[in-house]
Amino acid sequence: MTENLNVFAVRMLTQKEYFAPGHRACQGCAEVLAVRLVAKALGRNVIVAAATGCMEIVSSPLPFTSWRVPWFHVAFENAAAVASGIESGLKVLMRKGRIPRKKIVTVGMAGDGGTADIGLQALSGALERGHDFIYICTDNEAYMNTGIQRSSSTPFGASTTTSPAGKAQMGQITWKKNMPAIAAAHDIPYVATACPSYPIDLVQKVKKAADIEGPAYVHILAVCPTGWRSAPELSIKLGRLAVETGVFPLYEVEKGRYRMSMDFPKLRPIKEYFKLQGRFRHLTDDMMEEIEKRIHREYEQLREKAKRGV
Amino acid sequence: MEVSIAAAEAVKQANVDVISAYPITPQTHIVEYLSELVANGEFDAEFFCVESEHSALSVCVGAAAAGARAFTCTSSQGLALMSEITYIASGLRLPMLMIISNRTLSSPLSIWNDHSDVMSIRDCGWIQFFTENGQEVYDHVFISYRLGEDRNVILPVIVNMDGFILSHVIEPIELIDQEKIDQFLPPYLPLHRLHPDRPVTMGAFALPSIFAEAKKAQEVALRSSMPKILETWKAFGEMTGRYYHPVETYKAEDAETLLVTMGSFGETASVAVDMMRQEGRSVGLLKVRLWRPFPFDELKKAALGAKQLVVIDRAISVGGPGGPVASEVKSALYGSDNRPVIYDFIAGISGRDVAPQDFIKMVDKAEIEIEEGNREGYEIYGVRE
Repeated sequence: MTENLNVFAVRMLTQKEYFAPGHRACQGCAEVLAVRLVAKALGRNVIVAAATGCMEIVSSPLPFTSWRVPWFHVAFENAAAVASGIESGLKVLMRKGRIPRKKIVTVGMAGDGGTADIGLQALSGALERGHDFIYICTDNEAYMNTGIQRSSSTPFGASTTTSPAGKAQMGQITWKKNMPAIAAAHDIPYVATACPSYPIDLVQKVKKAADIEGPAYVHILAVCPTGWRSAPELSIKLGRLAVETGVFPLYEVEKGRYRMSMDFPKLRPIKEYFKLQGRFRHLTDDMMEEIEKRIHREYEQLREKAKRGV
Repeated sequence: MEVSIAAAEAVKQANVDVISAYPITPQTHIVEYLSELVANGEFDAEFFCVESEHSALSVCVGAAAAGARAFTCTSSQGLALMSEITYIASGLRLPMLMIISNRTLSSPLSIWNDHSDVMSIRDCGWIQFFTENGQEVYDHVFISYRLGEDRNVILPVIVNMDGFILSHVIEPIELIDQEKIDQFLPPYLPLHRLHPDRPVTMGAFALPSIFAEAKKAQEVALRSSMPKILETWKAFGEMTGRYYHPVETYKAEDAETLLVTMGSFGETASVAVDMMRQEGRSVGLLKVRLWRPFPFDELKKAALGAKQLVVIDRAISVGGPGGPVASEVKSALYGSDNRPVIYDFIAGISGRDVAPQDFIKMVDKAEIEIEEGNREGYEIYGVRE
């Protein structure tokens, strides 16, 4: 379905930019592209609470800002808690008649470190309390801002500066933490995965998340040429390969019901994805085969869930 | 009325919009009573019992940035956990109130009172009051919001009350009519707020080329809040007849020896002063009410003229120059001629009882030591060895 909509892409996206050009992101950064698309999808009636990380650093060097919507950065691990505060502040002020009633979407935004590691507790608390907000995780699979250190979202086998490939160890030795599943386990009304290589799908999901009452979680894979040791011009292609190889499936969980956004009966070989990235350079064919087996198994499990609807 | 309940009543009367807290002994009674008020529909506020103190203060920061009046309270480990955000709240210039039921920091784990928790965030940039009894806690809720939200101040405020010793004690408290409070404390009108109608970026990062300027602006703001603090206390005094000062004095004018205390020690120490005065000894008392900004001038004015100061601290600065209050008092008086000799005791840590007799013993000890030429006295009082 998404494929068909690509024809109308230009007309479906607003030309207005709420995340301004001139920011300091690296060449080929897909994370900043994701943020720009998220901002487009949400429009102007939004308040963003951002965690410390790449997107904060590239967009807000005092006295400049790339944000044309209200934007707030407090610390690394508390984007969800700050968003909770903003949401409840707006709610009570509207109830007491101190500010006019209107729909303002509150958004928490963080990278994979700020979400899956240090911010997980604050996020879980905010999801459990049921605040009406969207949480966006832009996942570039390591602590890129501090210099490519591993996170719990770094994929198995990837070499980072704290999970280097050496003689005794082949890079990251743990499997990527399944954040969307953790979010979904909170029984929130909406969970989705997205990737800026599929901009229309991403925008639609963010819009849906904004319309739904209660907490919504959108997990976005963001290719990072600097950290992935890939060519900047390949970022869009790599995002597509992540989806088409089954490494990062696009799906939604709406009120507990799973739905594949794109389904591939036959996945592309994982090697096509790996060979374009320096962080997997050290992997042997055997290792890649092992990883592929697990990726396929997980992909099938997800498809099964979507077939059953739960 | 229990002091914690009076504090919660004050939070209700102050028309707080968002409350966010995590339970910790001895702060729990405040949040329990607040949640009761909200559950019974007697108090229109958003109340969140969040998953940690770090989030408790983060929620307040978000709410304050959205333009709401926010409240949290904590103790000890909870304060240590939220300490990161205390520095950010003041740097962002977000007014809010935090009551700390002061409790000692682990380890060893202890639920009882001392000031080690708040001393760990001494330099966090909040206005910080210490209180001596329940009435002062109740009163300072209104004082703090009016002061912190003043356009010439715009800072968060901490009200310290000694855990258990104050928080759990039942004492008569004079409540103020709602009408009077609403006049004293109008609804919060922020200078900037997060709202799409007027987008702002808050919490940008600073390169070294601009950081010092931003930090100096914050320092100037805290230092120059002093006249507003005095003004707010004066306005409050005119409304209630209860006047407060940065350094309170008791029988201090002509005293040769001055006790210096902070927090609930003040009431017990004043009993000790009465007892010593009856014996004809020239002893008075200074009580530090305003901890930040530190009232250097007021302290100097009150202390100069005495022969010796006996400072009773309720926190240890391990490996440092003595207790934190004594440190500040010493800095305040360093440049003065004829400055008194300062003897520093650490007493009552982890809630160990300090009776009027103990204050007398400390004065005795200090006077003997000073007489013998020990002019740099510092010791932990009453330790079994």
